[in-house]
Amino acid sequence: MNFSIGQTIKHAILILGALIVIAPFYTMVSYSFKSQREIETGADTGFFGSQEVIIDEFCVHRGQPEREEVKDTLELYPEKTERDVYNILLDEVKKNCTKKPVFFNYQSAFTFAPLLRYLLNGVIVTVSIFLIQVIVALPAAYALAKLRFWGRDFAFSLVLFCLLIPVHAIALPLYIMLAKVGLTNTYAALIIPWTISVFGIFLMRQFFMTVPDDLIDAGRMDGMSEFSIIWKVMLPTAIPALLAFAIFSVVAHWNDYFWPRVVITGERNLFTPPIGMREYRADSDGTFYGPIMAVSTVIVTPLIVAFMLAQKRFIEGITLSGMK
Amino acid sequence: MSGIFLKKINKSFGNTLVLNNVDLEIYEGEFLTLVGPSGCGKSTLLRILAGLESSDSGEVFIGGADMTKVKPADRNLAMVFQSYALYPHLTVSENMLTPLKLRHLSTLERFPLIGPFISREKRNELTERVRKTAKILKLESFLKRKPGQLSGGQRQRAALGRAMVRNPVGFLMDEPLSNLDAALRVHMRSELSELHKALGSTFVYVTHDQAEALTMSNRLAVMMDGNILQLGKPREIYEKPSDIRVAEFIGSPKINIFSCNVIKSNQVEICGFKIQGNFQHFMDKKISIGIRPEHLSLTNDRNCIKGIIKHRENLGSDFFMHVESPNIEKRIILRVSPEEALNLQVDAKFNFNFSQKYALFFNSAGKRVEVFDPNNITNKKIA
Repeated sequence: MNFSIGQTIKHAILILGALIVIAPFYTMVSYSFKSQREIETGADTGFFGSQEVIIDEFCVHRGQPEREEVKDTLELYPEKTERDVYNILLDEVKKNCTKKPVFFNYQSAFTFAPLLRYLLNGVIVTVSIFLIQVIVALPAAYALAKLRFWGRDFAFSLVLFCLLIPVHAIALPLYIMLAKVGLTNTYAALIIPWTISVFGIFLMRQFFMTVPDDLIDAGRMDGMSEFSIIWKVMLPTAIPALLAFAIFSVVAHWNDYFWPRVVITGERNLFTPPIGMREYRADSDGTFYGPIMAVSTVIVTPLIVAFMLAQKRFIEGITLSGMK
Repeated sequence: MSGIFLKKINKSFGNTLVLNNVDLEIYEGEFLTLVGPSGCGKSTLLRILAGLESSDSGEVFIGGADMTKVKPADRNLAMVFQSYALYPHLTVSENMLTPLKLRHLSTLERFPLIGPFISREKRNELTERVRKTAKILKLESFLKRKPGQLSGGQRQRAALGRAMVRNPVGFLMDEPLSNLDAALRVHMRSELSELHKALGSTFVYVTHDQAEALTMSNRLAVMMDGNILQLGKPREIYEKPSDIRVAEFIGSPKINIFSCNVIKSNQVEICGFKIQGNFQHFMDKKISIGIRPEHLSLTNDRNCIKGIIKHRENLGSDFFMHVESPNIEKRIILRVSPEEALNLQVDAKFNFNFSQKYALFFNSAGKRVEVFDPNNITNKKIA
């Protein structure tokens, strides 16, 4: 392999950039393997940590011998004092609660708060948002790209204009509207504001512009209605662009902290993963970095896996739509 | 009664008039070609006939019924597109099944999952029709492939198959051969003609390629600037073009046009030579003479039109000589046989001649005029 100086510099810069991007992920995954002490002392124990066994204080607390239990045991060993029996039982509990930090971290991730429930909420919300966005964006994009009607260009310029509106600017009015109709603390509140994605309309419109008119005319000659043209002709040809849009949409709403925080006030069963993470925040015992990092790892994994699977088509979609 | 009539069709896009009061009658079972340079409105006319475009005014009759406002699907016409327009995500057989399914199955029967279940018999029938059509087009071995895995010719055939499978009243073809390479195009030309004979249905064919128009059609309509200039049999159009633009468009290489002066009511002069005829209506007006390259012949007679060869094109079977001649501003093209061409190198001087009967006369408005007595046309050379 021959690398010119230019190529080498280019790659060096890219590698540096990649390292900067990966560093937080590295820390996150590494911490999720380590014990609290290792994290706090910053001891150099490698990526996986020393995996020295630790005693799970919560587990011990939960398993603390009850007075009844101590009394029952005392009857079997009349020669011992109550104190001794208590300590023996406690030692037993401690033995059972001794584990490697990686197990402690990931176990706490799922037991400390209903993480699975949060993940399920995340799936429900992101999938619903994406599906409705597609149902709205595809016909709109088709009309803007392929139909001739009065005011089309104006409608499209409105779409472009809407791309410029930051979400946070309209958050308050949106919240008030949802509150007025009594929808706060529902899935609807999490989903409805995002169902019309101007970005989706724009992206799909750009893609549809590249679909030859003949294909649509062929559909019309074959007897398709405009809607069946959208779902049976345009949708299958637009899969790469749709995948690109899916990544944008799912990533944005899976990771969204702001909006769920606004409309979900207290109803813990509706927490999405990012606000669910707040449950692991510091309490009076201090912050448990290990479990928090484990939660973070669990939350980002589905996205990373999905991206890896769709990567090739995703890039195809971006380049096809001319948004390189 | 199942011919097609287009009556007084007008269409403009914005301020540009695309079709100007076009009337066209297409007989049942004929192969009619709309030919003209790009932008002449031929595709628009076809799309209006298909129902994909609406005309500003005018009526479309198909099989005696007024179809002006009818949806494309209900006109029972099939269209073959230049880009083939096969559904890229479906296999060839699914592509061919699509129009059948939409026509012969109810909405419920097309519904996913339960649809195939309740309409199995009908579906088998449709698949059988697809198979038969595929057999005619020799497509059987490609039925399971997707369009992306086919060559241009196979895609063309698949597109034809999708059109044929539903037995339409007529086939509309919008430059279906222009995406093929030259050899395949010539081959598909004969195949299309044979298909037309075998099916016996009406073909309306749009092309800008005059060779396709001349070789395949029963009749052709030459269009220019939104008008049909001439409608007739290929031979008629080639030999008796009604307009100088038709004469120039049809025929390759292009017809030679000489402008000349009427000197007497029975005589015009061309390069110092005289042609006798009836010119009494054209006194003191310009008149143009058109002569096809194959009608100019070499001669040893030194008194004929002189020329110097500026460029020669070898086509194997023929040579085209691009010639400059004194007193004639435009270059002249001669078609000569390879034997004759042997002695004619670039810059060679020679003489040529033509027979009067091949001369086409056009008046100053570009319309062709008869100047000879039709009962007395001679083979007389001009000099």
